[in-house]
Amino acid sequence: MTPSDTRQPQAWTRESIQREVDALKDEPGAMLPILHAIQNRFGHVPDAAVPIIADALRQTRAEVHGVISFYHHFRRHPAGSHVIHVCRAEACQAVGARQLEAHVKARLGVDYHQTTRDNEFTLEPVYCLGNCACGPSIRVDDTIHGRVSAAKFDTLVDDLTTTVVEVKG
Amino acid sequence: MTVTVYVPGDTTALAMGADVVAETIERTARHQGAAVTVIRNGSRGLFWLEPLVEVATAAGRVAYGPVEPGEIAGLIEAGLFEGRQDHPLALGPTEEIPYLKNQQRLTFSRIGVTDPLSIDDYRAHHGFAGLERALTLDAQAIVDEVKTSGLRGRGGAAFPTGIKWQTVHDEPPGQKYIVCNADEGDSGTFADRLVMECDPYMLIEGMTIAGLAVGATQGYVYLRSEYPVAHRIFNDALGRAYAAGYLGDDIRGSGKRFDLEVRLGAGAYICGEETSLLESLEGKRGMVRAKPPLPAIKGLFGRPTVVNNVLSLAAVPFILERGAQAYADYGMGKSRGTVAMQLAGNVKRGGLVELAFGSTLRELMEGFGGGTLSGRPLKAVQVGGPLGAYLPESQWDNPIDYEGFAAFGGVVGHGGVVMFDDSVDMGEQARFAMEFCSVESCGKCTPCRIGAVRGVEVIDRIRTGTDSDANLELLSDLCETMVDGSLCAMGGMTPFPVQSVMQHFPDDLQPRQV
Repeated sequence: MTPSDTRQPQAWTRESIQREVDALKDEPGAMLPILHAIQNRFGHVPDAAVPIIADALRQTRAEVHGVISFYHHFRRHPAGSHVIHVCRAEACQAVGARQLEAHVKARLGVDYHQTTRDNEFTLEPVYCLGNCACGPSIRVDDTIHGRVSAAKFDTLVDDLTTTVVEVKG
Repeated sequence: MTVTVYVPGDTTALAMGADVVAETIERTARHQGAAVTVIRNGSRGLFWLEPLVEVATAAGRVAYGPVEPGEIAGLIEAGLFEGRQDHPLALGPTEEIPYLKNQQRLTFSRIGVTDPLSIDDYRAHHGFAGLERALTLDAQAIVDEVKTSGLRGRGGAAFPTGIKWQTVHDEPPGQKYIVCNADEGDSGTFADRLVMECDPYMLIEGMTIAGLAVGATQGYVYLRSEYPVAHRIFNDALGRAYAAGYLGDDIRGSGKRFDLEVRLGAGAYICGEETSLLESLEGKRGMVRAKPPLPAIKGLFGRPTVVNNVLSLAAVPFILERGAQAYADYGMGKSRGTVAMQLAGNVKRGGLVELAFGSTLRELMEGFGGGTLSGRPLKAVQVGGPLGAYLPESQWDNPIDYEGFAAFGGVVGHGGVVMFDDSVDMGEQARFAMEFCSVESCGKCTPCRIGAVRGVEVIDRIRTGTDSDANLELLSDLCETMVDGSLCAMGGMTPFPVQSVMQHFPDDLQPRQV
């Protein structure tokens, strides 16, 4: 199987969110570190986190919501088992990213910011992964792949959705 | 005797399968009972050869690449562990590969050579020598070195680094900050990433020297969340630097203090703009601030702050170790030292090319890059990221320096060179420039927030043949408004690629034949 990040997000409770917030709230400029910690652990930033963060940082809920909604990285709802980012930026465009993007959408049957019906994949755009000499590039969870053709993408998806049973002879 | 084999571990090598290559080499060696140590070095920046496997021999390191896992058995059979050069993937001595040999690597002299996390390796290759000298100098003398070197901001704005440091130095004592801008969002650039993944102590050293120079005791690296490998490696290096006494409250027994922390961005291109970055570090939406006040006077949390790009700070250890003149001896005009150009997009031999200012795009794209990957003729090149103009062939022979590029409307920026072959539809590229701005604008000023959306619509109308001439005129007007009326470079430079398409590739903006 592809060595991608397969950490499963945990289910959140108010108490577990509170613990993440308390661990970081006294850092200078604690907002982004807190949001990252919550999303890393629970897979998204639940709405229930907003008043907890607001309270800890002495800000309004509107301000917290404003920060979450400003940054593309933070999501308010759970993602699929794997998040696939397709690079849409110029260096990848120059080697066929537009065609790859069309193939990915067709293969998964979703558009950007959507999750497949089986809850396996969430598709997101990304503007540069820093792999610009070996594009087109995609990121699957925390693993970046280069020179991704339609066929290579299909193999990746198949690998992620297939459980390999090793039979030892 | 144990054979040392190097398999790079940077993002691009990993994206091309380096982990599997390293594992396969280790496993095969074990099966054969061969004594082999695999070191995960950084990349040499010769990306078309990744994964680039090197073997240490009595005569120096020899290279093989690009190595696919399926070829390893054959390579070993052909004498990989002895460094034999009979295999078709053999490239000879690494340092003799022309792409590498013809560069002037001052900042990037260690990448790919060392194990990025080994402090011993770093020290064995001049590492921390600049810091050790800085610890013997007074603050003003450090600032003077950087001034004399002629170093200018490598993030794109090209502001003299020494002057910025002087301003922060001259502010009254109190809490000051060093902020490293590692929000490398420009497509076609990866030099910051290479520093953080392949030579992280160089950045730690550069920031510590900056702290000593201006009297700052706290540094932050603002790293984009799109770089998970850089995050992992750099954080690991930070821990080791603390453990070895290069960071903390008593740097190498000097009694001087400097603390450093990485903060992750969250997918916002605008946070590469320095004031927006500071807002983000403070925990807010990344909205651009009006200047003045300059960040050097009122920066992070309202305190005097040096905000420098990774490459500016990474150039500092060399300058302190070898002296300002050694750096200033390279370059041309007011652009001193070397510039890290990054060959990307449709290029046969993509990668990092560090050269003194003064080379040309043609030399880079044809000499180093070998033309397009597709083999088709080059049509356009975008230099300096998504806000840089698309340059036609008539502009490829200009020497690369800040003033020279500005004279014809080009931008050196962060050194990204994105090549396109003749199959590119430049109208589509112009549209994308506006679309990107509409996605990434912080929304604070109207020309950028609204202008980008209108820009997409107007270009769509031109391309579908709806009143094309009037809409072309409107697009010209809109571009002017954005350039003149935007608060920062996002809205102010988004028109550059659009205007360059209007000027140099007007046919591509004509209504498309159905």
